[in-house]
Amino acid sequence: MATQLNSSTLNRRWRWFTNHLATVLAVASTILVVAPLIAIFIDLVVKGTSSLNLNFFTKIPAPVGEQGGGMANAIVGSAVLLGLASLLGIPIGIAAGIYLSEYGRGSKLSNVVRFTADVLNGVPSIVMGVAVYALVVVPAKGYSAFAGGVALGIMMIPTVARTTEEMLLMVPHSIREAALGLGVPNWRSMISITLKTAMPGVITGCMLAFARVAGETAPLIFTAFGNQFWSTALNQPVAALPLQIYVYALSPYDEWHRLAWAGSLVLIVLIVVSVALVRFVTTRGVLKGAS
Amino acid sequence: MNLRIQEPRAPKSIDAAAPLGGLAPVAVPAPTSQIRTFLQNRGNSRLADSTFRWLMLLCALSIFAIVALIANELVMSSKLTLAKFGFKFFVGSAWDPVNENFGALPFVYGTIVSSLVALVLAVPLAVGVAVFLTEMCPKALRGFLSFVTELLAAIPSVVYGLWAIFVLVPLLRGYVDPILIKLLGWTGLFAPPDFGIGMFAAGVILAIMILPIISSLTREVMTAVPYTQREAVLALGATRWEMIRMGVLRNARIGIVGSIILGLGRALGETMAVAMVIGSSPTISKSLLAPAATMASVIANEFAEASDDTYRSALIEIGLALFLVTIVVNIFARLLVWAVTRGTPARAA
Repeated sequence: MATQLNSSTLNRRWRWFTNHLATVLAVASTILVVAPLIAIFIDLVVKGTSSLNLNFFTKIPAPVGEQGGGMANAIVGSAVLLGLASLLGIPIGIAAGIYLSEYGRGSKLSNVVRFTADVLNGVPSIVMGVAVYALVVVPAKGYSAFAGGVALGIMMIPTVARTTEEMLLMVPHSIREAALGLGVPNWRSMISITLKTAMPGVITGCMLAFARVAGETAPLIFTAFGNQFWSTALNQPVAALPLQIYVYALSPYDEWHRLAWAGSLVLIVLIVVSVALVRFVTTRGVLKGAS
Repeated sequence: MNLRIQEPRAPKSIDAAAPLGGLAPVAVPAPTSQIRTFLQNRGNSRLADSTFRWLMLLCALSIFAIVALIANELVMSSKLTLAKFGFKFFVGSAWDPVNENFGALPFVYGTIVSSLVALVLAVPLAVGVAVFLTEMCPKALRGFLSFVTELLAAIPSVVYGLWAIFVLVPLLRGYVDPILIKLLGWTGLFAPPDFGIGMFAAGVILAIMILPIISSLTREVMTAVPYTQREAVLALGATRWEMIRMGVLRNARIGIVGSIILGLGRALGETMAVAMVIGSSPTISKSLLAPAATMASVIANEFAEASDDTYRSALIEIGLALFLVTIVVNIFARLLVWAVTRGTPARAA
């Protein structure tokens, strides 16, 4: 009897202990996870702002050993690449999303397409670069901005398609029925009624995909290749911000390291602003208001 | 009834107020014409509708086509080494571009080991974060913390690499590695010389990168566990930890495994950050502190310099292997996550 009592208090102590231990561990792991993020941001801001000046946005890279210089050509190059990627990825992605939600709901084909999109989403970006190299660069006999745009565009498709589908599924049926009841043709009702209703969400998806490929480096190494000079021609190699950061980070020059930090800061600000905007749009009930 | 009338005359007046039904049988021509124009328009729109439909279907199928095209291009471009080395390509450990002798084993080894190191470091932390966020966190903090973990996922790989080179690697070399050598040196896994860059640094940066994926998916799976489960366990007198362990984690374990495998898929293919800190050396060494190379990093580092066809073909074959492996891993993980979250509504973003 006495031992039993003893073991039961021991048991209670043990349970109390593990309960609190688990809480402490969970809190500790959260702190451990948040710490590197905060460290990265502090480092970026401190090291980035110190070398961020007007030259960064207006000058092309200076030759090795010279002070100054900027990444103007890389910023413009990134804009060209991302523009190309959006032109390719967003229309195809939205159209695929419309198919998945409006025509193929529950059908076997749409399940397979959805699954393929998820798989495509998981393909490593470096593999995408190699594939586009074989597909575009080899036949064209040269690195080009066009090839880089294609690689990034393909990477945008699955994200855009899946978010478009999810957003269209949230549009209530009564709206579609009302449009069809007024005699609006099916295609017209999809574009001007269903898609328009879900527009905030669809734009959100596009921006997420955009933010994702904006920082991609691996698919650009042997498609867009990089360029030390001004170039916006689609059939020529073009500079890109992430690519420039990569090259400068691995270089042995302090001046270039500083530029790499500044470039990263610009890139991160761009991405964080778009992610925050997306979050604002999705949580502030813009969608709820529309539906 | 009106539809049957074969009066072809259709004055194009579209009077919205005109009755469509047979309200006034005397004024038959007017409603007929309206219905006729309406039906003719319908006929036109059928063409537009089916065109639209086919267009959308085409775009959906293009996703298929892209995956098929990627696979095809990779196979075609690596034919040279596929024919020359066959399966031996993946068991040979000599990587000698000058003498055109290629074996990919060091890279396969590097990929597996760096991913394992990343998983060992990331999984407990990720599950801890997920538990904290779903079961313990005060509401006010939850939004902020999930935003922070989302941001962690949005940082580009190359920025992680930059940070790793200039901050993480000196930190590891100066403080963490000496401790590990002292404590775990006897295992042979942490043996000097220590350059800072190497397998362990790559594993740590990979862990930081895959954490958000694993923890957000784990959270999703844990939220999908019905509240009645938690209440039932609590009603039996369990403590909070026992409730989490028996009521939540046990029910969500398949989904958690799925999310871990998804994180593994990401770690296998991660390129830039790894390429920047792993040291790029095609060798297999027991010590985690030694420089190594992964399948993705060798492509990134050597592809632009690969001058002859065999070298290039060898690198593309590594890409093909990476493609196949990540597809298999992803399919497996998706099936697991899908099996668990199926019955519940899509994540409440």
